[in-house]
Amino acid sequence: MVVADNNLVGPSATLLTLQYPGELPDMVAGQFAELQVPSHKVLLRRPISIHSVDRTNNLVEFLIQIVGEGTKSLADVKAGDSVNVLLPLGNGFNYRSTHVAKPLLIGGGVGVAPLLFLGQEFADHGIRPTFLFGGRTRELILRQEEFLKYGDLFMTTEDGSAGEKGFVTNHSLLMDSEAFDRIYACGPTPMLKAVARWAREHEIACEVSLEHRMACGIGACLCCVEDTADQGNVCVCKEGPVFEIDRLKWFN
Amino acid sequence: MVQLNTKIGSLELKNPVMTASGTFGYGTEYADFMDISRLGAIIVKGTTLNPRQGNPYPRMAETPSGMLNAVGLQNKGVDYFVDHIYPEIEKIQTNIIVNVSGSCIDDYVQTAGIINTLDDIPAIELNISCPNVKQGGMAFGVNPESAAQVVAAVRKVYDKTLIVKLSPNVTDITEIARAVEGAGADSVSLINTMLGMAIDAEKRKPILSTITGGMSGPAVKPVALRMVWQTAKAVKIPVIGLGGICSATDAIEFLLAGASAVQIGTANFIDPSISEKVIDGIADYLERHGFSSIQEIIGALQV
Repeated sequence: MVVADNNLVGPSATLLTLQYPGELPDMVAGQFAELQVPSHKVLLRRPISIHSVDRTNNLVEFLIQIVGEGTKSLADVKAGDSVNVLLPLGNGFNYRSTHVAKPLLIGGGVGVAPLLFLGQEFADHGIRPTFLFGGRTRELILRQEEFLKYGDLFMTTEDGSAGEKGFVTNHSLLMDSEAFDRIYACGPTPMLKAVARWAREHEIACEVSLEHRMACGIGACLCCVEDTADQGNVCVCKEGPVFEIDRLKWFN
Repeated sequence: MVQLNTKIGSLELKNPVMTASGTFGYGTEYADFMDISRLGAIIVKGTTLNPRQGNPYPRMAETPSGMLNAVGLQNKGVDYFVDHIYPEIEKIQTNIIVNVSGSCIDDYVQTAGIINTLDDIPAIELNISCPNVKQGGMAFGVNPESAAQVVAAVRKVYDKTLIVKLSPNVTDITEIARAVEGAGADSVSLINTMLGMAIDAEKRKPILSTITGGMSGPAVKPVALRMVWQTAKAVKIPVIGLGGICSATDAIEFLLAGASAVQIGTANFIDPSISEKVIDGIADYLERHGFSSIQEIIGALQV
């Protein structure tokens, strides 16, 4: 795919927009792509979730946290460069075949990335989602204006610089557990576990998107496994990255 | 038109390019990216007598020009393979080879015996070199006596092409190769992964759940080439070369060093259609140098 745009957003993330010369395949929010890294210092592709899709112009956006050599190299690509991409990979969030009226989308840090695409998909079907995002500071809650186009945005920060001070699971929004009928979450594992625990206590359906170290991205190498109640170790890349929390062995 | 076909024992390959066990699933995972029937052979994921859950996550660490894995032979066992996977893959128009692993000789023998009954599996690759399981695996492959014992036992129950995959984690790989040749192996494939380790200095912890793991990728290629070259001179049976092959040129280097065929492993993770490109690239090389057959470059290193 060809780089249409690549801009830093926030202190340590980049928004990479790629254009496909033909019609994009069908994609489900929560699916991801494997991006080949231009730097020769890096061998493996980087798995990156799909941040948003523009079908009119065949554009796909990726919100990428710059953490190491690979993501730094992806942040350095310029408009006109090409990036080899495998997509769409994995199974996305469950919203097409499930009736959801009041979705709550919870994101932590760069984990907000797939929730924009999910918010767009809900908005396309006349549903206004609620976003609840957590970050260490205000600057680390990325793309706030963009999310506001599709739903209501609530925030928590660890330093209190935006929204309520604390973690997402302490937000006053969650005082009314009847307000939501399904939770979709993506972010650091401790946050996902806290969200899953809250959802379970309040008997709200909940799915989480996991971020494991991957090599192939297509279920061949068996590196990115998560232990499940029904099938033991399964590949996050192929069976996930999104899992219903009841499948995970997080509560025993 | 150049001749790419080659032979491993009685096994006919339409070209020398195979995919390495554990890097290509059961082949079908890659069908979206390439015509998998073009391959000389597909070596499917390591199969054991009983199901194995493998090692806990994390199982992978990227290293300079390579990666470490510690999957630990996760698979659903040979019976599941026979009942559920074999029917899905038996009609793929290439050789499907099963990689067989075990933690004691009897495991290897029973598993090989079951695979022997499958008409469309013309060969097995006996894995006596997996570094990621506590019992067995590599333990057999680092000692010529135990390597010969397990091969001889499997030879009694397995009458098709028997390839033995060797560990590089030894002082002299040719000694092991000669031992398994003497015990009835039809071919040796080398190298399996090299035992390595990665540390997260910030957390002061190992990256892999198993602390150590198997290293693969371009970083191991020089070691693999050297071992293939030494082994090809030491044994009469055909040698299959693998270790860091990422291009047709890499593959040709192994053929020149004496390999009769090659396997592509880690490179499948970076470019899922790489093996097709390697096949085409070998054909181009032969034409460009005026060779009519792959046989003309096997072991043709000028020293």
